[in-house]
Amino acid sequence: MIGTRAMLFEAPGDFTMAHQRRVWALMDAAQARPDVCELIPGVTNLMLIFSAPPDSPQAVADWLCHAWNTLPERHIEGKLFEIGVRYGGALGEDLAAVCAHSGLSPQDVISIHHGSEYTVCAIGSAPGFGYLHGLDPRIATPRKTVPSLNMQAGTVIIGGMQAGISALTGPNGWNSIGFTDLRVFDPYKQPPALFAVGDRIRFYPESIEL
Amino acid sequence: MITILETSALNTVQDLGRPGYRNLGVGTSGAMDALALQVGNILLGNQMDDACIELQTYPFVLRFDAPATFAVTGMDAAIELDGRTILPWMVETAAAGQVLRIGPPKAGARGYICLAGGIEVPVVLGSRSTQLRGGFGGLDGRPLEAGDTLRTTGAALDVAGYGALPPAAVLDAVAGGEDAKVINLRAMPATDYTLFTPEAQQRLWDTAWRITPQSNRVGYRLSGAPLELRHRVELRSYGVIAGIVQVPPAGEPIVQLADANTVGGYPRIATVIEADLWRLAQARIGMRIRLHECSFAEGVAAMQPVNAYLDDLRMMVAHYRASARSRAGMKSGAKA
Repeated sequence: MIGTRAMLFEAPGDFTMAHQRRVWALMDAAQARPDVCELIPGVTNLMLIFSAPPDSPQAVADWLCHAWNTLPERHIEGKLFEIGVRYGGALGEDLAAVCAHSGLSPQDVISIHHGSEYTVCAIGSAPGFGYLHGLDPRIATPRKTVPSLNMQAGTVIIGGMQAGISALTGPNGWNSIGFTDLRVFDPYKQPPALFAVGDRIRFYPESIEL
Repeated sequence: MITILETSALNTVQDLGRPGYRNLGVGTSGAMDALALQVGNILLGNQMDDACIELQTYPFVLRFDAPATFAVTGMDAAIELDGRTILPWMVETAAAGQVLRIGPPKAGARGYICLAGGIEVPVVLGSRSTQLRGGFGGLDGRPLEAGDTLRTTGAALDVAGYGALPPAAVLDAVAGGEDAKVINLRAMPATDYTLFTPEAQQRLWDTAWRITPQSNRVGYRLSGAPLELRHRVELRSYGVIAGIVQVPPAGEPIVQLADANTVGGYPRIATVIEADLWRLAQARIGMRIRLHECSFAEGVAAMQPVNAYLDDLRMMVAHYRASARSRAGMKSGAKA
């Protein structure tokens, strides 16, 4: 339990799409529980928020483990987004850090980044922010120890094995490598978030500034 | 309608929050001291999810443009209605044109101006709370400014002049030390507790953590001897709720609060229990907090006195209003 009304389920093993699809299946099953009022899918984990503290957390944990072990993967046929990126420049200033960490040239980092197809495996942190799976391990770069204080919304970023597009302007600890004009959240639209879990994203270079 | 005459940074419209959108990355927002808002709404016969003005900085001055019944809850401060001192936690009625001035707190940190009928701002994604990061909800998604006007839905109540005992006078804090500058809170060890060294685990409970100036509605950054992990970890992002105590690489903990991100990636060492979050909301920068280890069962049991306090208040308010009406020869059941 995390506090009295929340429980975190963490899947064993690596960050793979197969695992994430099982988390989505678990999310569907947990949605049907009458005691659950909110679910936060994370990256290979799931947080359950209860309307009242559960009488027996162990019983819920047992139910989750059983569901995890028996449910099939949930395949979501998501939308495909093709997103143009202005790589490098002032809005992608951590490209150098990614190069330094990976030992690759900027051109290689950029072509590896837009050479992969990504899947939205969770939405969170900021309104509409999608955690993307599919980053090539060669350009995975740990989060910065000192976050940028004023990263622009629309910055194309890398945080560890995860990729994303920043949703809000503000402090951010991920590495910026480029920028897109896309806005991923509008509270007055239905649905408010542009991406949904299971959507696929391809990046293409709109421009490169080194 | 009310008009804001004077305000400083980060005073906002808040209700009990915006649950249900965390899966889209939208945090709950809502009053930091949800208990104080609930007391205000009960005193005024409001819906529990009616919105109020949350004050974090002072002085704050507003003018009533129409008669209105109100209560100021949360902190204790010098509060004046047209120069006449009034008490916090009390129901008062203002005439049109009267000015309410709220000075800096003598005790506590956050004040809640609750109006009969609540504050009328558009409901966005199920709530009237201001989502400062997302820039929506409340009044145009931003803090209040001098000159702003806010509409209320209710008329003035027929009975006023009663109040509530402040929660701090009724609800016992966890025992611990005599120092009034130290706030004692209960916390449950969280999933990453065992990733920390035994010394760090002990230091979490032994330290009187200082609340740094980098503390706000998102979270309180605490200062003290750093907490070390057994070894470095890069966690995958996971869901965050108010009360979670995260430890960034520098080792000084952050307690996540009402405007926290919906997910995070730092190790979680503990969670402040829901029953004690209002005490944290009333803790001021520079004060110290001590965390006391508690079990899940103790955390659940700790909500009982809080709920009983609110239930008692509901009953007392209903009794008082009914008897005041019958004494005044008013028609019973004519609820405002």
